Amino acid sequence: MQPIIQVVKLSYYYDSYPSLDNISFTVDKGDFLGIIGPNGAGKTTLFQCVLGIIDDYSGEINLFGSDIRQNRKTLKKVGYVPQKKSVEQAFPATVEEIVSLGLIGKKSNKDAIYSAIEFVELNAYLDKRIGELSEGQQQRVIIAKALVSEPELLILDEPTTGIDSTAQNKFYNLLSKLNKDKKITIVWSSHDLNAVESLANKVACIDRKLFFHGESEDFFGNEERMNSYVEFAMQSHMNLHFRMPKNGKSNRGKKTDGNVI
Amino acid sequence: MEKVIEVRKLMEMLFDIIQYGFMQRALLSAITISIVCSIVGLFLVLKRHSLFGDALAHVTFGGITLGLFVGIYPLWTAYLVAILTAIGVNKLRESTIIPPDSSIAVLLTSGLAIGVILISISGGFTVNLFNILFGNILLVGNDDVLMILITAAVVIPVICIFYKKLVLITFDEKQAKVSGLNVTWINTLFIILASVSIIASIRLVGVLLISSLIVIPNITALMLGKGFKKTILFSCAISIIAVILGIVISYYANLAPSGMIVLIMVSIFLVTIIIKNIKFTLNKMVISNK
Repeated sequence: MQPIIQVVKLSYYYDSYPSLDNISFTVDKGDFLGIIGPNGAGKTTLFQCVLGIIDDYSGEINLFGSDIRQNRKTLKKVGYVPQKKSVEQAFPATVEEIVSLGLIGKKSNKDAIYSAIEFVELNAYLDKRIGELSEGQQQRVIIAKALVSEPELLILDEPTTGIDSTAQNKFYNLLSKLNKDKKITIVWSSHDLNAVESLANKVACIDRKLFFHGESEDFFGNEERMNSYVEFAMQSHMNLHFRMPKNGKSNRGKKTDGNVI
Repeated sequence: MEKVIEVRKLMEMLFDIIQYGFMQRALLSAITISIVCSIVGLFLVLKRHSLFGDALAHVTFGGITLGLFVGIYPLWTAYLVAILTAIGVNKLRESTIIPPDSSIAVLLTSGLAIGVILISISGGFTVNLFNILFGNILLVGNDDVLMILITAAVVIPVICIFYKKLVLITFDEKQAKVSGLNVTWINTLFIILASVSIIASIRLVGVLLISSLIVIPNITALMLGKGFKKTILFSCAISIIAVILGIVISYYANLAPSGMIVLIMVSIFLVTIIIKNIKFTLNKMVISNK
């Protein structure tokens, strides 16, 4: 089966400094890939390359089977939730108006807008300005905007940073529902390893280079691998919300081989 | 009873002055300009480019003096200089490490400096520079009215066509890029529309007061509106009320219309802030009493 995302030998230099160095991995249909790595590891840069925002990289990125630099139309199948940025309180657009922006280039569809808002449980805030909502609610609005066009792939860049834990849990439940019920392929970067362990079926660890890519169990269930990851994360002054596995063993079940690069 | 008589008197005054041709031209132009500036202005304010209008107006001043200096119809040189500068600044904003407000400051001062130099070289122009700097809507001719109407007929439909795309770009440029929008192209188009609108507005409030038309009705409307479209409508309404009152009052009181329009806009803004604060305090008191 054709992968949803295929990254081949991707390298990107910023001011002659390698932000991404020879990274290769694939994302298959239905995957829930958690991307972890310290601050400055290149997670956002990786997303920007995949989404065609950055295009002066070396290597190849295929989205739904075609090179993103050649065919940007595939982006229509992608929903994107960027790193949380607080919206100014004065920004006048309502929740409904923001969500409707997800249908640009497509036929306006009120039912789709309302059902996306309902899915993120914000029906009561339809006419509220986005700036008046809490940060967690604002992120859910952005999710609804990404969902309204019924994407096949959802890319989320550290969407819960700075959001309180209750809102985070609500957000994680939402992601799980999207992947399991709506069968949306999800690629998500986060510092919250507990959440990645419980939600993602695959994990990629990057720090400019790809440290690991494989099944989640292979990463979280392997004490040696976890320790070496913690070591390099600590070295990079990573701010981790980290829980060590009990006795070095994961509470997950089956283990399979991942690719350590 | 007395109040009814006062309102009737005011209506009669309005009816009297509307019969003059110059007043019809002034009101038509002013209302059209206020609508255009409110629409364009909301995007500029939300993009934090409030002073961009001011800077472009100053560049326009340079363009007008250039036209007068070389003997070309000044508005053509103003259009040319403003549009080229707007495109240049937009490129500068995207491609360099210069903070946007600093590039606007450079633009603002250099436009005025060019104008001053050209005036000093020519030893002054025969046209009234006071009208360029501060505007005089009561002096608009049929050609000016036509130019303003054509500007509105171009700017408003184009903004309507690109409305959702502009809202998305204003909200988040990165998300707009991922949505497949050609953000650079749309930004350039918008900045050209903004330049054209500003040049059309110089007749109303002049180079030095132009940002008032762009900023004040919109920041007032932002306190009132719930929704992007509603905010635009509120802004247009505030602007239209201010220009009509400003022109009528200045005519009877023999004052400069541009200054009067701006002062009325500021008054509406201040009254809105006061009402908002009173409402907020009352709500707080109600909640604490519960």
